[in-house]
Order: sequence, then C-alpha cells, then structure tokens
Amino acid sequence: MTDTTYRKAVIQALADELAADETVFLIGEDIAAAGGVFKTTEALVDRFGAKRVLDTPISEQAIIGTAIGAAASGLRPVAEIMFADFAGVCFDQIANQLAKYRYMTNGQVNLPVTIRLINGAGSGFGAQHSQAVENWFLNVAGLKICVPATPADAYGLLRAAIRDPDPVLVFEHKGLLGIQGPLSENGGAPDIGVAEIIRPGRDATVVVTQLMRQRTLDAADALASDGVELEVIDLRTLVPFDARTVGESVQRTSRLVCVQECQNFGSWGASVAAHVLEQQFDYLDGPPHLIGGDETPIPFAQNLEEAWIPSADRITTEIRRVLAE
Amino acid sequence: MTATEATSALGTDALLDLLRQMHEIRLFEEAVQRLFAQGLVRGSTHLCIGQEAVSVGVCSAMRPGDVATCTYRGHGTTLAMGAPLDRSFAEIMGRANGLCGGKGGSMHLTDVGVGLLGSFAIVGAHLPIAVGAAFARRYKGEDSVSVCFFGDGATNIGAFHESLNLAAIWKLPIVFVCENNLYGEYSRIDLTTPVERLVDRASSYAMRGRRADGNDVLGVRAEAQAAFAHARAGEGPTLLELLTYRWSGHSRTDPGTYRPEGELEAWKERDPIARLRDKLDDHGVDEPTCDAVRVSAERAVAEALERAKSWPEPELSSRFEGVRSD
Repeated sequence: MTDTTYRKAVIQALADELAADETVFLIGEDIAAAGGVFKTTEALVDRFGAKRVLDTPISEQAIIGTAIGAAASGLRPVAEIMFADFAGVCFDQIANQLAKYRYMTNGQVNLPVTIRLINGAGSGFGAQHSQAVENWFLNVAGLKICVPATPADAYGLLRAAIRDPDPVLVFEHKGLLGIQGPLSENGGAPDIGVAEIIRPGRDATVVVTQLMRQRTLDAADALASDGVELEVIDLRTLVPFDARTVGESVQRTSRLVCVQECQNFGSWGASVAAHVLEQQFDYLDGPPHLIGGDETPIPFAQNLEEAWIPSADRITTEIRRVLAE
Repeated sequence: MTATEATSALGTDALLDLLRQMHEIRLFEEAVQRLFAQGLVRGSTHLCIGQEAVSVGVCSAMRPGDVATCTYRGHGTTLAMGAPLDRSFAEIMGRANGLCGGKGGSMHLTDVGVGLLGSFAIVGAHLPIAVGAAFARRYKGEDSVSVCFFGDGATNIGAFHESLNLAAIWKLPIVFVCENNLYGEYSRIDLTTPVERLVDRASSYAMRGRRADGNDVLGVRAEAQAAFAHARAGEGPTLLELLTYRWSGHSRTDPGTYRPEGELEAWKERDPIARLRDKLDDHGVDEPTCDAVRVSAERAVAEALERAKSWPEPELSSRFEGVRSD
C-alpha cells in the first residue's frame, strides 16, 4: 500500500464517510472555502458542496450545539474545533450537553456526533494554541476519546468515530499532520478502544500516545543498545481504555511507564497508573512512572517549548533510571 | 393574524382545550409545590404558574414534526407539547415510569415522542441545540420548525448571541421564544440588562422580532403562527418576546422578597386563565361549561398523581443504562 500523510488520511476518511452516508456533514470555522487552517478538509467543499461542508462564524458553542441538535434529529455531524484549546469556549456544550443528554433522557436521543480537535505542542503556537487537552474530558462520562498517532490510525479511527452511534472526540496532533505512513496497517482499520503493541519487549511496558509515540520508539532504540527491551503500547483510544492490552503487558514486563504530552497530575497517565496499581499490583517490580510536561502553561520560545515536551533523550534517561532502581 | 381573528379561527372546542391545558399546567405545578412540602420531590424545582399562556399558545400553533426545546422551568411546555401528566409527575418524583426513567428529574423533562427534544438546565445552553434541530430539518428538506423557549436571563449569555447569529446567517426555520418574566433568578431585568425591550436584540442579527403580551394565549398563538409561517416559507428565524410573570419565586427556596410590593398582585389581575375565560364568555361559552373544564382538569391531575405515586422507584441496575447506545 502506498504511503500517505496523516493530513491526507484525515481528508480521505472525511471524504469516504461523506460519500458513504448522506446524513454526514462537516461544520466548523474555515473548513470549507479555506479547506481548514491545517488543510485537513481541503477541497471537500468542491466535491460535496456547501450544503454538506459548512463554514461557520467564530462561534464554538454554536458549532457544537448545532451538531448536537442535528444529531438528535437524525444527522451525523462532524464538527471541527480548529485548535483543541478552543474547546474551553464550548466546554459546556461538550461536557454538560453532549455527554449527558442521552443519559438524562434515558436514551431518548442518539448523538452520533464526532468532534475533531487539532491538538498539541511543538509548533510554536504559544500557550493558548498548543495544549493537548484530552485530559479535560477524561472525567466526563459519555464521551469516547481517540488520539491517533499514525496516518492509518487517523484514517481508521476517524471513520469509526463518524460511524459510531455515540459522541466521539478525535484529537488530531498538529505536529503529526505531515508524517507519512500507509493508510492501512495490519490488515485493517483499528476499532475504537483497542490499543496496539507497536514494539514488543520484556523489560518495561511504556504506554504512549501521539507525539510521544515516535520519541519513545527512539528512546527504545537507544535503550536496546544497552540490552534493555521496552514494550511500547500506543493507546490510540483513551476512552474506552484498553485495560486488557496494558494489563497483560505489565504482567509480562512487571514495569509501567506512561509518556505523555501534558502535566502528570490529573492526566490520562495517572489514571492508567492507578488502574494498573489496582489490578496488577502483585506483578509490579516497582512503582509506575509518569513522564510528562512541566506544570506550567506551554511556553513560546523554541528552546523553552522543546524543554517542556518530553524529548527522546529525556525519555531514555528517565526510563534507564527507573529500571535501575 | 390578530388575536381576534385567532379567536374566531378556533372553534369552541379548541378554545376549551386551551383552557384545559392551562388549568392542567397550573394544577400540576401546584401539586408539585405540595409534593415538595411533603418530601416527595427532591432537589429543586422551578414553577411556571402565571406563565401558562406562553407554552400553551405557542405549542397550540405547532404541527406534527415540529420540535421544541425548553428550560428547567419547563413543566408547562412539557405538558403543552402533549407529554402525559402521570409520567411527568413520575419523573419529578424519580419513579421508574417517569419520562426519563428517573434519570432526568424536574429540570430535564423530555418526551421526544411528542416532539419535546429536551429541557435543559444550563441557562442558554439549549439555544444552539435548537439551532441544530432547525438545521437538520432544512438539511432533510422538511418544512417543520424548531421552537426554542428560554427566559429573559438567557439573553445575556454568549450562547444566545451565537445562536441567533448563526440562525440568522443561515436563515434557519427556528422561532426563539423569550419568556420575559422580568426576573433572571433573583435579579430584576433592569439591573442586569441595558435594553428594556429584549426584542430589540433581534435587530443586531437582522432578524424578525416581535413583542407581545405573553398572558394572552390567543395573541401568543397568533404571533407563533405568524413566526412559524415565516420560518416555513424559508424566510428565517423570529425572536418572539412574550411578556409574562412568574407568580412564585425562582425556585422552591426563593420566597421572591425582592419583588416590589403590589407587583405580583397587579400581574395576578392579568391571570392568563381568567383572561381566556373572559374571551370564552365573549364567545358565548357559559360559566358552567368553563367550570366543568376546570373540574375535569382537577380530576385528571389528581388521578395522574395517584398513578405516579403508585409506580416503583427505578431498578438500581438502571443507573448504568443510557450513557451510550452500545
């Protein structure tokens, strides 16, 4: 299969679902005429028309609320939040309305809403356009959360999200949009809620997402030269959490490390660590370890921002230290 | 259409049905108040006594396929949309047979089967959702409309402005019904809002705006019919400001002491139920006929309440159901 980019994989997934289902429509800021600020909806309006690919005012509450109301009326909306940080503007619509509406009404409405949010640091956008904000939504029942790291996962998880009968947040990492890879790996599209062991190893289970995937694989290469074999798991979906894949891996390796692009307190890594402590305590040779960003907003200057994000060197050093304890 | 024309357009039976609905809503709300005092209802509740004509007038102008969304002060709209009295009581009491199986409560009454898409309890949050319901109707080529009830307080929250703007720019088939009862929770509207006529805010969005007496059920109905016709013709949304008054406080713990002396009494002189009875009198309907409607409403409400009380609490296992559809 020929390689494509993460960005093109997103466009392809949207195009394939628009073509497959008349009830699918896209809504967001500058997604139609401009093709998206990150060009992740490029030319879709030309192919599918202004009825189905809609530019909106800068009104995140209206974008998400419109998606909710349309879904409750039988459509399958795909809303874009241009920078994931802007989810703060419509947090009520996502956390109080979208997530709770079905439950409060005892299942009287179905809400097949997909929200695409462009996530992540490393591109010099400053504190308000760089945060990986998926952790904001971990404590809200009723949302599925996907965090694809490869073109194949971006394609497969986005299609699965659009077809899913319930709300799904799909975080697309802006630092990964240009990476290349095949559109389909391992013979098929990933299901929501299924993690992938991307490198098998015996000495430690290292759980990653998105930008931390490649950096951790680089660290694993460096540690392999010391004879240390990491088992690296890309979660791909945070909610529902694939406890089985992670748990079985920890049973084999007896160590857990989570590498994440966020501060550790209140993070998905902390939740994974707590889960493993509860379920796999007897298998562990030491406490779980979290490698994350500093407890500061993300700074702008390139050296400061790079220092904030866990680097391959830092991941290598910390894991080496943890395994020596 | 003027209110007089609306009266004449409706036959006696239809007028008596509006009277029945308003009686049932008021009796329902009075019963809810008693249930609180008896400890049979938990949490809070927000009564719409005095505002019955808004829900009944607007909903009476709706057609099958139209949908409504409303607020936590939504018992009246729920009943006016046609939700059953017994299952509405049951939801407020947290019973298994409640509209939402006991998961929603007083502030989230929902009956999608009758077109009530939901009651929402974050001020203003349902306006964008109502816009989405209107969008879907046009997307699917239907000529139905979305009706969104909200209070005066919601006109100061961001979602209101985002929603009116988007609905106007896309000319969506939606009617924004602002129930101006003069108080946002405990605060008088003139202390929180620099414009007296909330309908003036429609002009910011180049939107059709109308302001009417919300205690005149036939006038409300006529304004709603005109707004729906405008929406169905593809002409876009209307902001309909209806002036009314809640006779009780904001919620059960609020005695409403912030209201100037005499204000409540003056509004009670404009009781929407009494005013419809006056109209019926003009229409040649005698007093015993109207009294019979009230008696029959009392019986219906009392019987519904007894049924609701007889229903069980939800099964404990039901709390895990409904988060997701899979």
